[in-house]
Amino acid sequence: MTTTTAEIGGHAWEHAPIGGNYLNEGKGIKSWLFTLDHKRIGLMYLISGLTMFFIGGMLAMVIRTQLLVPNGLIFHGSYEAYKHYNQVFTLHGIIMVFMVLVPIPPGALGNFVLPLMIGAKDVAFPRLNLLSYYLYVTGAIMAVVSTLLGAVDTGWTFYTPFSIQTETYVVWMVLGIFLLGFSSILTGLNFIVTIHKLRAPGMKWFRMPVFVWASYATSIIQVAATPVLGVTLLLLVAERVMGVGIFNSALGGDPVLFQDFFWFYSHPAVYIMILPAMGIVGEIITVFSRKPIFGYKFIVMSSLAIALIGFVVWGHHLFVNGQSAEWDAIFSFMTFFVAVPSAVKVFNWLATMYKGAISLTTPMLYALSFIVLFTIGGFTGVILGALATNVVLHDTYFVVAHFHYVMMGGTIIAFIGGLHYWWPKMFGRMYNETLGRITCVMLFIGINLTFFPQFIVGAEGMPRRYATYLPQYQPYMIASTVGAYIQLAAFVLMAGYLIHSLVRGKKAAANPWGASTLDWSMASPPTTGNFQHMPVITQGPYHYEDMEYDGRLGGFVHVEPVPALAGVGSEH
Amino acid sequence: MSENAIATLTLASPEEVAGRHLAHHFDTPQQQFDSGKLGMWLFLGTEFLLFSGLFCAYAVYRMLHPQIFIYASRYLDPVSGALCTLVLVTSGFTMAWAIRCAQLGKRTGLIIALLLTIAGGFGFLVIHGYEYFEEYQQHLMWGTHYHPAVNAPRQQVVVAKSGAVGGSWSQLDQLGKQGYLVAHSNIAPAAIGPAGPALAQQPTASFTAASVTAAAAQPHNVQIFFGIYFLMTGLHSIHVIVGIILLTYLLVRAIRKDFGPGYYAPVDFIGLYWGVVDMIWMFLFPLLYLIH
Ligand code: HEM
Ligand SMILES: [Cu+2]
Repeated sequence: MTTTTAEIGGHAWEHAPIGGNYLNEGKGIKSWLFTLDHKRIGLMYLISGLTMFFIGGMLAMVIRTQLLVPNGLIFHGSYEAYKHYNQVFTLHGIIMVFMVLVPIPPGALGNFVLPLMIGAKDVAFPRLNLLSYYLYVTGAIMAVVSTLLGAVDTGWTFYTPFSIQTETYVVWMVLGIFLLGFSSILTGLNFIVTIHKLRAPGMKWFRMPVFVWASYATSIIQVAATPVLGVTLLLLVAERVMGVGIFNSALGGDPVLFQDFFWFYSHPAVYIMILPAMGIVGEIITVFSRKPIFGYKFIVMSSLAIALIGFVVWGHHLFVNGQSAEWDAIFSFMTFFVAVPSAVKVFNWLATMYKGAISLTTPMLYALSFIVLFTIGGFTGVILGALATNVVLHDTYFVVAHFHYVMMGGTIIAFIGGLHYWWPKMFGRMYNETLGRITCVMLFIGINLTFFPQFIVGAEGMPRRYATYLPQYQPYMIASTVGAYIQLAAFVLMAGYLIHSLVRGKKAAANPWGASTLDWSMASPPTTGNFQHMPVITQGPYHYEDMEYDGRLGGFVHVEPVPALAGVGSEH
Repeated sequence: MSENAIATLTLASPEEVAGRHLAHHFDTPQQQFDSGKLGMWLFLGTEFLLFSGLFCAYAVYRMLHPQIFIYASRYLDPVSGALCTLVLVTSGFTMAWAIRCAQLGKRTGLIIALLLTIAGGFGFLVIHGYEYFEEYQQHLMWGTHYHPAVNAPRQQVVVAKSGAVGGSWSQLDQLGKQGYLVAHSNIAPAAIGPAGPALAQQPTASFTAASVTAAAAQPHNVQIFFGIYFLMTGLHSIHVIVGIILLTYLLVRAIRKDFGPGYYAPVDFIGLYWGVVDMIWMFLFPLLYLIH
């Protein structure tokens, strides 16, 4: 292990002072901007992602405030005003999908945790990792520039022909998203190679934690689906700049082909968003039930199944867009089919908790919220996947409610849960548990209050993406807006106690939750090189009999020598 | 790398050299090499997928409108396409040779092979660029820019395959200055359509009649073919240009004596990339040029 250090004299971790960690080894802004450490890159993703989440969230508040009254509270009365509304929801969607939900769970948590979990010193290609981060930043900046020049008003889906005709700055935005896609590909590629080649000795495939498996499945989709988004966006650019005509019926092209291309990426992309979330929830549930995960292999296989089947269901977005009846039927069937592995996971989590010693900590509350909200979102997805109901519900608020349950209630809730779970490891501090729980409950209530009424108005026929609505829907819309403000309050509170914890928080023990995965085997926060000794793994990831809570440390300690973490020098 | 380092490098055994290039997070050079290779293959997979969108568009439109493809592909010059193929295949061989030289530590061979490969890349671009130029001249372009002479007012059209006309190029140019639309090139003349009659010797009345028939035989939306053609070959040419840049980088490092039996991963990986760029052309050539 130590034979390889000659070449890399510049790296701080070798000369790390005792008691140093990745946060304070290497000082100054440059040591961050040019860092190759996966943990620092993860943190930079986290900060950027939360910034984008804040901007996207503020846009959401504008939308919800607008919809308080039927004629619109903010934008009303003129074509220009309604166009601004379109720009606001478009930007909200683009930011949340392409700059938060897709890149941030892998970029922030995946980057930080994945190498720790498999006993690696870093990801396989640290420079590529940094490049991928800067591509993300550049893409986000281009999106901002395009917004300043003339904010896009096409919806996040960029459907042709409108996206060819609109006078807003589609090209800039689309090229920005192209870069974001490239960034996403590089992250996925990096993770796949890391998992294949950098596992510690004894870390067999079926000894990897479920979060690693989920990240693996996510990475496969990132690598296999995103190039298609890339070429689709390039075609759209070619369409606008050169007038190629592939998507333009006036020139013999086919606008629906764009939809096929777009969803060929974007349906798998929803699994890019949800799979890491499922992985996080798996980790949290086993730890706080103090029981090994139930049906480990089923969980693993269902992740892979979701990744694969997810590629053949995109047509469920085109049921009413001129797709042939035969294809409609096939896609509908496949859509039902993809719900099965998702359900398998839910049953496994429930079975893990069954007869477990459950402690309702903040991360666990988030995991439980996830199960409830994701289940609602998944079921309504099946309703949308049925042909007869889809004809009625397509392009109504029912769809909006469905995807917010899975994206907000699923991905974001799990991500925040994961953030709370790994917070002590990332920053070495504990946050206020009581405030954490209160916030989680507030978010749970807020999300349901915001999005459940949207199912009802959607089923009653209220269309999506309009700046105004019929007065009969107003009570629901008010409830929805109140829910949104409750969520805002919850996030403000969360920002408060998390930032407070960085300054005043209690020092975190190495293993405050009593987790048995490798990411908790080193001090909190870890040193730059992660492991003092290369770990050798001799058993599966989850085993809780051999540890005990030590009140003085505020964390768990091993009560007997644990083979899994025995340090060895270099022989293997 | 300083002069000193180079000196020690050349003296060091392959194992030592490999050790020097080992990044801190890998255990062995082998692990590092394998990781790089897997990463490269994955990346090349994404390159294929990037093109696959265009292949899909191609398949969809060809299935729905075979007549467009049959009609329009004859505008393309298979000789030029075949030349491109030949040049790329050759450069594929020289690239393989370069990898071999790098593995064996034969620096001169490596440099020559890289130079030949780069020349192949440029050769491809020149041949293909000339074809683009001809197509541009004849307005055989995508979408709204598709105005072949066959669509122009009859009396203004003069067609000639270079050298086939009684007169010389300059005479034709003269006609062009008089307001005739002149098409002269090795491409099947745009003015009479690729399916048109044998080449006319002179701008005559009978020729004009022939071009009218040809215009009538022209299917709708031929521009779709050219849209796909330019997108596919354009994206491919961009990859060739990137390849040339990467090869130049290899050349600089080869001159600096960076490669040898202990360390040749970059040559190997960029060689893979070049192979894939070649391979994509092997698909494009028959799909675009050889449609019957
Ligand atoms: C249980 C599995 C799921 C099923 C069966 C399902 C099914 C569907 C169907 C049929 C639609 C099309 C509705 C329409 O436009 O008519 C849809 C839309 C959507 N779904 Fe899902 N879904 C599932 C899970 C998810 C997940 C996990 C996410 C994201 C994390 C997601 C995100 C979306 C989005 C964003 C849309 C709307 C896109 C748009 O038109 O703007 N879905 N879903
Ligand atoms: Cu979908």
